Amino acid sequence: MQILTILAWIVAIFAVGWVFRFFGRRISWPRESQQIYFRDMSYLVALGFALGLFAIYWSFDFYFIREVKFFQWAVQGIIGFSILGYLFRYAGRNLGTEGSKKLFRQMPVTAAFGLLVILFYVVVAVFADLVAPYGQDEIFEKINVLPGGNPELGGDPRFPLGTDQLGRDLMSRLIYGAQNTVGIAFATTCLAFFLGGAVGFLAATLGGWFDQVASRIVDALMAIPQLIFALLLMTIATAWAGSNKTLIMVYMVVIIAVLDSTRVYRLARAVGQNIVVMDYIEAAKLRGETLAYLVFREILPNATAPLLAEFGLRFCFVFLTIAALSFLGIGIQPPLADWGTMVRDLSQFINFAAFSPLTAALPLLAAGAIALLTVGVNFVVDWMLHKTSGLKD
Amino acid sequence: MGMVGAIVLKRLALGVLTLFVVSLLIFGSVNMLPGDFAQAILGQGATPEAVESIREDLGLNDPAWVRYLGWLGGILTGDFGVSFAQANFLAYAGENADLGGIGSVADQLIPRFKNTLFLAGVSAAIAVPLSLCLGVLAALFANSVYDRAVNIFTLSSISSPEFFLAYILILFLAVLNPVFPSLSNVFADMSFGEKLNRTMLPALTLTLVVTAHMMRMTRAAIVNLMASPYIEMARLKGLNPLRVIVTHALPNALAPIINVVALNLAYLITGVVVVEVVFVYPGIGQLFVDSVKLRDVPVVQACCLIFAAAYILLNLLADVMSILSNPRLRHPK
Repeated sequence: MQILTILAWIVAIFAVGWVFRFFGRRISWPRESQQIYFRDMSYLVALGFALGLFAIYWSFDFYFIREVKFFQWAVQGIIGFSILGYLFRYAGRNLGTEGSKKLFRQMPVTAAFGLLVILFYVVVAVFADLVAPYGQDEIFEKINVLPGGNPELGGDPRFPLGTDQLGRDLMSRLIYGAQNTVGIAFATTCLAFFLGGAVGFLAATLGGWFDQVASRIVDALMAIPQLIFALLLMTIATAWAGSNKTLIMVYMVVIIAVLDSTRVYRLARAVGQNIVVMDYIEAAKLRGETLAYLVFREILPNATAPLLAEFGLRFCFVFLTIAALSFLGIGIQPPLADWGTMVRDLSQFINFAAFSPLTAALPLLAAGAIALLTVGVNFVVDWMLHKTSGLKD
Repeated sequence: MGMVGAIVLKRLALGVLTLFVVSLLIFGSVNMLPGDFAQAILGQGATPEAVESIREDLGLNDPAWVRYLGWLGGILTGDFGVSFAQANFLAYAGENADLGGIGSVADQLIPRFKNTLFLAGVSAAIAVPLSLCLGVLAALFANSVYDRAVNIFTLSSISSPEFFLAYILILFLAVLNPVFPSLSNVFADMSFGEKLNRTMLPALTLTLVVTAHMMRMTRAAIVNLMASPYIEMARLKGLNPLRVIVTHALPNALAPIINVVALNLAYLITGVVVVEVVFVYPGIGQLFVDSVKLRDVPVVQACCLIFAAAYILLNLLADVMSILSNPRLRHPK
């Protein structure tokens, strides 16, 4: 029966698309250009219009008639975030220096939204101690409090986002999670860039056997999928660290940084090789400048733009790898609040969503916090790549 | 054929060499484990005699290179060694005891490997056609509302962690509207339909992750080609835009597209780890994570090698396919 309904909908969409184009061609428009537009319209475009129409219809149905809670939240979230991004861009266009104004004028809303998200996370992470209402491992007597703060729905005004199964305040844990997860990911990315960038530039400048050896080592490291290799090395690291939890995390940072520096190495070497053949490098070499001068004063300033975009991408990747490791139970260790671990601990609540939609919000909040940051960074990186590559399609 | 054959052979040799280096890397890093394997198998309370007998059984007294050659030779003949759980059981229950479900590493791996291949196959069967269609459409209507919407959607789904997508799918397709089961416990004696039904949610999650990437690459490859003169010529002839793309642009964009499809299949093989854990799917990824937690080194070693081999083979396939699809190499002057 359900299949028949779905089939009927599909046929209806195709029919509407055809009817739309047919009448568009028949009805004489006040302007000739629109007639030509309909005459040349391919059926695919008409189908696109029909699909858009039905999507709007379904959204209304879900939002106002069936009142699906999650759909309402998603729509409110998307609209709210786009308004915020728009306002942020508007503010950026009118405040600040001439240069920053110009930057904001060229920016699409998605990139403005991404910038806003990154700023928000940075502020929360830096001032976590001031923003969080409670400590990250403070345990209260009320467990499994639902988010929302409404006592009739199982909430508690003292804990606006609820508590977990041990009775820790989720809002505080989310805020401290920003400090721990984002902080560790940022440190790891910096380390990866330092390693990969330094060796990559050296390989580009020195060439010869150094280049060969470094490149072959990187090739070998890249032949094993990253997450798998990280898991293998973490097995060994946990054995070395024993029960010392800080040491496990230090090992994790080093392992992920080394594995990730391989990609940075490739990029740095490729960019560096293009710069090394320039005349000004030749001139600097003839002046008798040292290797350090060549790398830091001549190559690095000319390689910042591609490296910066890569930094964003690498950060996302490292962040997701650490979240995945924590989710699998071998990343950031328990007393510290961390989003990946939170998702794993709270995941069981999702099965009760049919009875109360608020319960399912618990694991999705932490996972959503991860997704929001990576989406934001990716939006900014996408815009930067588009800008620097000069692609105008 | 001569020139292409030589290039392909060279690539194949390089692939075999890479596999060899990878096996060395894996073996080397596992040998950095502190302490004694025999002690680790038997636990704290083992007698020195028991430890010594296990060392003898597993050949731990031999130098590293002998063990490495033994391990490599075993793998080439399909013997992945003895898992720690098995060795532990045998040490306590005697040499000829009934194993009762704890098999050798190969016994554990093979059914799970089949399950993982099934999952990856189902995801690929959905993801590849879908992403090619979406990518061609996005290139066809470049810079339209559709293109931008798809761009935002794919960027978001690439950057979300797999478990976020997985839980959202569970929420909507298993809890709120029970269409598919949220736990994918697949058994060997299940009918194909039943298996497919259970595999659907993890496959859809992987599809979401992989489709985004493939679609963006397809779009980029075609958009790049659209600026070339022969496409302009086809347009000026008055061909309709879809035909320009399908018969003129697509064949030339084939090499990068095949490449990205193969790379994403490689990702599918390795990206299954998190998804299998979320859905409790009995695949090789779950076994890997479990053995990492238990520090069952032979299993970890074997899983790692299988993942790496699949990854290398698919990369190799991508290389060879893109060589074969390049007419300049097929018909040398």
